[in-house]
Amino acid sequence: MLQMHTFNSWLPPIVIFLLTLAYWYGWFTLRRRQKIIRIPHAISFTVGMLLLSIAYLPEMMHWGHADMRGHMVQHLLMAMYAPVFLVLGAPSTLLLQILPAPIARRLTSILKSSFFRMISHPVTAMLLNIGGMYLLYLSPLYNQMHHQPFLHHLVHLHFLLAGYLFTWSMIGIDPGGHKVSFRLRLSVLFISIAAHAFLSKAMYAYTWPKQSIHSDQQIQEGARLMYYWGDLSELILLIIFFSMWYKSRNDSFKSVPV
Amino acid sequence: MKLGSLSHRKSGSLWAGVLTGTGIMAAVDEIIFHQLLSWHHFYDKSTLEIGLLSDGLLHSAELIAIVAGFFLIIDLNKNQALVKVRIWAGFFLGTGGFQLLDGTINHKVLRLHQIRYVDNILPYDIAWNATGIFLLIIGIVILIKAKKSGEIEIYKNKA
Repeated sequence: MLQMHTFNSWLPPIVIFLLTLAYWYGWFTLRRRQKIIRIPHAISFTVGMLLLSIAYLPEMMHWGHADMRGHMVQHLLMAMYAPVFLVLGAPSTLLLQILPAPIARRLTSILKSSFFRMISHPVTAMLLNIGGMYLLYLSPLYNQMHHQPFLHHLVHLHFLLAGYLFTWSMIGIDPGGHKVSFRLRLSVLFISIAAHAFLSKAMYAYTWPKQSIHSDQQIQEGARLMYYWGDLSELILLIIFFSMWYKSRNDSFKSVPV
Repeated sequence: MKLGSLSHRKSGSLWAGVLTGTGIMAAVDEIIFHQLLSWHHFYDKSTLEIGLLSDGLLHSAELIAIVAGFFLIIDLNKNQALVKVRIWAGFFLGTGGFQLLDGTINHKVLRLHQIRYVDNILPYDIAWNATGIFLLIIGIVILIKAKKSGEIEIYKNKA
């Protein structure tokens, strides 16, 4: 029984490790054929997976469950830091190239579907990402999450997927992505950073989430972590965002579509 | 990459300087006064609600300004459109402007936080805003000088 529990709690890091191995397998298989995903991209993906696996370590899960600070560190890793590095690894490009043609075609048609185009639009992706956080901390959802493990996992998965989607809509390098103007993406980024800063300060000021299992002091420390460490991840995102702008202006031939 | 007109390059350089200056001053404020000295509070109870919202927007703008300014400068440089003296003018206008705006609107009108939590805050406020005005004057002086000898500076730069 105990062993089963241990296995379950180690399952996410194991899955992450296996996915990383699969990525590298694909990368080595394709390294002669494809030119988009070079070694820095592969390293970036590995760093992203490493950050993600830290967020999913059993100790981290316990800390995140009992302590607002732990929860916030998990949020930062899953939704902000890991996605930046994962997106730069262009895993979907790699996947499309390694899969057998019929399956790859089906996947491409899903990626080109109007539904996916809608949810991966910067505005929608921002609403899913930041809007999800407002919903989590300002509604009873956060407290319910502590009673239902299923909900807890769902929230973590949402952190990761929405964070990835948003980051991808900003700095995705996979071909066939959205052609959204630089100005619109920058405006969305501006609102998103402001909304994140405002939410963390408001959580500090009014000790949201209300009636949680955490002390006010713990919530305030969590909110500070969210503000300052969120800042750093947004700075990294901005640097990548603008370096892509610079590259697209100054490259005579574009190997990487921006 | 085709070169823009002369006035276009001059204003481009000035704005790149303003953005960088604003961003750097905001970063200095955050690193020195928030983190190292802990003089400023993250939030204090006198902060107005509208202050919290404007703080978020301002913060986002600062973060974008520092990165955008930096990349604009290297882009101008790459395309030989950099007017150095205008960058410096813009830089001082940006730092001084931000310092003054922070010292008046943020600290006094929106009451985001005070410079330091002491009984007599007046000397701190004066020093803060005087620094801002001083930096602004430097920016204005450089700009006036640049206007007088602007053309020469550009050709020096291109060479």
